[in-house]
Amino acid sequence: MMRYFLRRSAHAFLLIAGVSMLTFLFTTLAPGNYFDEMRLNPQIAPETVAALRAQYQLDRPLPVRYLYWLNSVVHGEMGFSFAYNSAVAPILLARARNTLLLTIVATLLAWGIALPLGVWSAERRGRLPDRVLSLGTAALLVIPELGLVLGLLMFAVRSGWFPAGGMASVEFESLTFIHKVRDLALHMTLPVVALVLSALPLLIRHVRAAVADVLDAPFLLAAQGHGVPKRTLLYRYALPAAANPLISLFGFSIGGLLSGSLLIEVVMSWPGLGPLLLEAILSRDLYVVVGGVLFSTLFLAGGNFLADMLLYWADPRIRRESSLR
Amino acid sequence: MKNWHAFTRWLIALGVLHGIVLCAGFFAPYGPSEQDRKSPYLPPMRVHFVDGQGHFHLRPFVYSFRLRDGSFDQYEEDAAKPDPLRFFVSGWRYRLFGLLPSGLHLFGAETTRVYLLGSDGYGRDQFSRLLFGGQVSLLAGFLGTGFALVAGLSIGAVAGYYGGWRDDVLMRVAELFLALPWLYLLFALRAFLPLAVGPLQAFFLIIAVIGAVGWARPARLVRAVVLSAKERDFVRAARGFGATDIYLLRRHVLPETSSVLLTQAAILIPQYVMAEMTLSFLGLGVPEPVPSWGNLLSNLQQYSVLVSYWWMYLPALAIVPFFLGYLGLASSLQERGEAYKIERRGLGRLT
Repeated sequence: MMRYFLRRSAHAFLLIAGVSMLTFLFTTLAPGNYFDEMRLNPQIAPETVAALRAQYQLDRPLPVRYLYWLNSVVHGEMGFSFAYNSAVAPILLARARNTLLLTIVATLLAWGIALPLGVWSAERRGRLPDRVLSLGTAALLVIPELGLVLGLLMFAVRSGWFPAGGMASVEFESLTFIHKVRDLALHMTLPVVALVLSALPLLIRHVRAAVADVLDAPFLLAAQGHGVPKRTLLYRYALPAAANPLISLFGFSIGGLLSGSLLIEVVMSWPGLGPLLLEAILSRDLYVVVGGVLFSTLFLAGGNFLADMLLYWADPRIRRESSLR
Repeated sequence: MKNWHAFTRWLIALGVLHGIVLCAGFFAPYGPSEQDRKSPYLPPMRVHFVDGQGHFHLRPFVYSFRLRDGSFDQYEEDAAKPDPLRFFVSGWRYRLFGLLPSGLHLFGAETTRVYLLGSDGYGRDQFSRLLFGGQVSLLAGFLGTGFALVAGLSIGAVAGYYGGWRDDVLMRVAELFLALPWLYLLFALRAFLPLAVGPLQAFFLIIAVIGAVGWARPARLVRAVVLSAKERDFVRAARGFGATDIYLLRRHVLPETSSVLLTQAAILIPQYVMAEMTLSFLGLGVPEPVPSWGNLLSNLQQYSVLVSYWWMYLPALAIVPFFLGYLGLASSLQERGEAYKIERRGLGRLT
């Protein structure tokens, strides 16, 4: 167990180190920096701009900047945001919290819907409910995410049932606790629906395929012959046997928690990581971009790691294989 | 072969759709940046066959719009002014396939301009912009896919065929690229390239960025196929006869990857079209006045447009058939691949 655990975590660590270097490398390709616009301003002396550049080490060579940045990561700052005039980590954390609020709810909902629907449709393979469902997932699959989000937004403003974006009403601070929760829920509904709808088709299809694969297995026929009730058969026997690909997929869902909602956040102006990253790109707020990419990679690596651990726990074959090595 | 039928059916459907976009100049009544400042945000025109008196006309006609009384942005059909549609009319000059100069258009009206999908804030015809935007978006998808597949093929082939340290290095780098959230990577790459560039530069920038992000998955798939293909008996036999590596790769190993590449293409093209749409929608891609499917939708970011001009959303629906076509193509290809595999497995058992 320990060796497997160590190997996987070393893998994840190397990956994150590589990603940080890669994103830093891209920054050298960048023409211009945050202070370039100041140069156009006649009221700011060139010496001031040069001093600012020197203050943030922007005039140093790349490896030196990388080391400086690593140092600030160790100190829990992750570099300095020029636009916000503060360390990057607190900004990212505040935004990541908003994103996670959205995506965790959406992921739980999506899995909660996809599992029973997928099993149900696998059990009725080729029959009417299965056909209808696969038609539905196909329809959801071909609507581009952009079209889906814009459609929902359109629905919101035309029906007036939901606020058209944002995370809280203007008077949010003066509300009582219950009304605050209600306000937040109203604001969350549309982005969550968009996220769930865009995640559902793939999830349902994978669950269906995984369960359909084991349904023909002899041990299920035997169990059926012994008179095991259908529900037990499906959920206690078939689903665990089909779990492996689903666990990997779940890890992937976890990994996408920070990065999967970028477009939806931007369009629905949810104050998460997505809009922050876009702003940072447009204003060349270098370390925020690097930090944002790194943060979401951290989650992806974490999701894969979690999936590996879950697989190890769920599947004795993997346990045996890794102890043999 | 049932799957084969499905495959050709999807291919034909896609061919028709792409043909329409390719000949956008002919099917679109107006140029993509032709403005009519006097008629901003016109709603879609309805094509009529029956006039106000209930008479049926064989030739379809539209009514021109007039401002509704007491309003400055609400239009209504002017029943007094029917305008029959003419077919194969000559009008705005364009170059078919970018080569043949022509002025022939499928349809047009005599006095008014026809807005099948309405007009945007500058009075530009949304239908024409949709077709011309398709040229940009689809081409970006095609070239991006081509770029990613060529890079993936060569990297995967080197990694799979030569193995050893090359394999290790290349696959670790590929894992790195796979681990990055790809939309973020796309953004980050775009972030560090110049922001304000001309349409053509922006277009090639997008393709380069998409290709640079997307090579990893095809590379891994190609590597897997090459790994199994290079140990097949006929390849070993050819090597025994003194065939060079280049010959073996070109003649025996790489052809094996064709079905994987084809399936990948059917999956990647819509994905990359979507990537282009996202970038252009957010203002990081192809800039105005050149239309693309992304920036056609980008004025929906304004609240007023979202509330008042619902037809600006129509392009989002109009592009769904393209994605449907590619989904169908990809799944029929996958099924075919599986059937092929089973077939071959069966043969293997016989011999």
